[in-house]
Amino acid sequence: MEAAQEENPLAEGLERLPVHPTTLVIFGATGDLAKRKLLPAVYNLAHEGALPERFNLIGFSRSDMSDDAYREIARESITSFSRRPADPAVLDAMLERVRYVSGGFDDPSGYEKLEQVAKEYDDEAGIPFNRVFYLSTSPAFFPVIVGMLGDRGLDRREGSEVRVVIEKPFGTSLDEALALNRDVLEVLDERQVYRIDHYLGKETVQNMLAFRFANGMFEPLWNRNFIDHVQITASEDIGIGTRAGYYDTSGALRDLVQNHMLQLLTLLCMEPPIAFNADEIRSEKVKVLHAIHAPRPEEVESMSVRGQYSRGIVSGEEVPGYLEEQDVPPESRTETYAALRLEVDNWRWAGVPIFLRTGKRLARKVTEIAVTLKPVPHMAFESQAGSVGPQPNQLVLTMQPNEGVSLSIGAKIPGTRMRIRPVKMEFLYGTAFLSQSPEAYERLIMDAMRGDATLFTRDDEVEAQWTICDPILEGWRQSNEPVPQYEAGSQGPAEADSILPPGAAWRAI
Amino acid sequence: MDAVWAEQDTNPGAIEAALRSLLKERHAEDESYAPARVMNLVLIVDREWRGEIMNRLERVGRFHPSRTILCEVESSRKALDARVTMTTQGDPQPGVLTVAQERVELDCGPQHLKRLDTLVDPLVVTDLATAVWAPHGHWDAVRSMLNMAQIVLLDSLSEPDIETAVKRATELTSDVYVVDLSWLRSTPWRERISATFDPPLWRGELGKLATVTCRHRPDSAISGLLFFGWLSSRLGWEPGQITRQNGTITGRAKHRRGEVVLKLEPQPDQNTPGLAGITIETQGGVSIALERGRGGLGARRVARDGSESSWTIMGASRGESGILGEGIRQALLRDPTYRPALEAAGAMLG
Repeated sequence: MEAAQEENPLAEGLERLPVHPTTLVIFGATGDLAKRKLLPAVYNLAHEGALPERFNLIGFSRSDMSDDAYREIARESITSFSRRPADPAVLDAMLERVRYVSGGFDDPSGYEKLEQVAKEYDDEAGIPFNRVFYLSTSPAFFPVIVGMLGDRGLDRREGSEVRVVIEKPFGTSLDEALALNRDVLEVLDERQVYRIDHYLGKETVQNMLAFRFANGMFEPLWNRNFIDHVQITASEDIGIGTRAGYYDTSGALRDLVQNHMLQLLTLLCMEPPIAFNADEIRSEKVKVLHAIHAPRPEEVESMSVRGQYSRGIVSGEEVPGYLEEQDVPPESRTETYAALRLEVDNWRWAGVPIFLRTGKRLARKVTEIAVTLKPVPHMAFESQAGSVGPQPNQLVLTMQPNEGVSLSIGAKIPGTRMRIRPVKMEFLYGTAFLSQSPEAYERLIMDAMRGDATLFTRDDEVEAQWTICDPILEGWRQSNEPVPQYEAGSQGPAEADSILPPGAAWRAI
Repeated sequence: MDAVWAEQDTNPGAIEAALRSLLKERHAEDESYAPARVMNLVLIVDREWRGEIMNRLERVGRFHPSRTILCEVESSRKALDARVTMTTQGDPQPGVLTVAQERVELDCGPQHLKRLDTLVDPLVVTDLATAVWAPHGHWDAVRSMLNMAQIVLLDSLSEPDIETAVKRATELTSDVYVVDLSWLRSTPWRERISATFDPPLWRGELGKLATVTCRHRPDSAISGLLFFGWLSSRLGWEPGQITRQNGTITGRAKHRRGEVVLKLEPQPDQNTPGLAGITIETQGGVSIALERGRGGLGARRVARDGSESSWTIMGASRGESGILGEGIRQALLRDPTYRPALEAAGAMLG
């Protein structure tokens, strides 16, 4: 007993820490996300020997089919979408541990079968497996499934852990998010809930934490005294494709700003956590969100711009406008572009405008954070005629396509005169780390099995995100102004300049 | 597409200038070219085995060092010849980084080895970690590099016996960080044994182990010995000296609740270097066995009452082709458990 309470002495120094035997249940097991992302992620973890020593997977969906039929679906999905070619021996071994349960998400008999299959796994092994329920369904079913898990007593278990992973979107408004949190937390404890924002599973996003908190040189500059403004951009060159059904009810603000972009903002602005654990990090992020002033109705117009792409040319090819896309209602006012000006009202950031911009069918795909420092207080050099002259230093953290960090600095142009222009000091992760990064879902599924919620969103975090976005959506909904248009392949609507301070400009996409 | 420079009877200054010039040329062709900056790997090989080593290097895939300096030793050679190659994976694509790796091949003679550092030092990328690997011996050359290298890669399996292997690694660890491929071959086993005893129900059994048996390819006893060293150092055992009988090596170690018997058994039908299986028995009569199998490790547990359960611990075999790449990757990490394991292994040898 005494020894059992000690840390595992054999775990020290191992890259792959032990994970308790786990049964993973995927609700929506025949859906697109399961086929394209979740099953291939589980396979890749199996391939690398990263899954728990004992692991089972149960697919749960409405379609009626046998275990073998589902195994075939899983095999095809993995073969088609895995980031590495599937090793037949590993794939066979994994599929042997896969079972399928058919049932409606609101049908108690399905949960009865689920309980039975999960128990068979436990009995076979003679140990209580941890259970991770992954809700990869339409958001309407999230409270239904959690409620059913509670009704059937599947929400808790003596001797093992029960965790529930909830996919995005977590509500489409503050009211919905609050209601969903209420429903979920009526059944589960917050520590059991893993709200996924797959963006946080990306290595590039986690590198933000390393950049900020593993390097002393930037910290003295990381405040209102040295930083003039920040631009966060997440642009895409693609349109909505066949996702009109989802996108037209969502729009750019809900799709990217409310979750991914606000996550980037919090990582950029948070205070150093006292420890690298779930609660400390998430608490610091929530403080940033709480420090962002949610706009009043009359402020929305001056701090936000939306837009919709019109017909244009992307990569040399003519592409349709948003309203011409398949299944988009011709009178749709859904924004495909959103730009915001936010301020974090705290000691470190007061007065530093932070601009967020996202959109579809823009000039190119890029995700970056550009931190512009204040200009030097006194210009000692003479006329800079014939040169652009010294410019404020700019630190750019690029998440994609070429992940890296660049710093623009003023340098003397070779010649007899003291003329200066900005040059770029660049570091590219791809040159220093040649290894392949794991898919975000691999990391997040492992973290959920391990019980590490650091890269998942907490209830108060989601609510704080919606508190900022809700008034903007409401302001746009009430506005009778036409939605500004921008040509596909362009930099976005010209109106976006209106939220910038005089003389400032958006960085070229 | 590769860019190549070559010169006979050359010197390090000219080679270094060629490296800079090739990079400049490539960058002028296309701005997307960027040199990889991960690690310098200095390889010291016999000229006649160059092809085999090149094949192994090609198979390391994404864990390739960024600048490889291949010193090919030829017994009759007097002059220094060199070739520099800058390699990229495919042609540049718009908006995509084209990472270039550099390889310097030095044809040198035995007389160059004693102060090989003076040839190699100007050729490494300053401020990047430098690892040395001498798969064909040439330890005098390795010793000359210890003042400029931070890492030595070695494979204890290639030593004539386990005593020499442990002695060599122990000597090197006092100067540099040692990455032993034989130790890395035991990593999946260490991870799995750690996982087996991780559930609180099982963790207590770690204090009550009775026997541990490692089965290994006949030439890979060192991987098993290091595995025992790891258990000893992690669990606070006091290892005693080993004995040999009919190819089997047996040892004992004391722990708080008694003694554990350690056995190394060669398994002639095992093709891959490293371990073939592990069986652990507890004083309470429970046993757990792991064996190489299809799609991962086959696990079998026998409870006190004799009831058995078996399952597969999933994982693809990395095989020998992956072990060098893993060694290169590990060169930039620091494993705090290797040195104590090596010391415990040394204690078992007396």
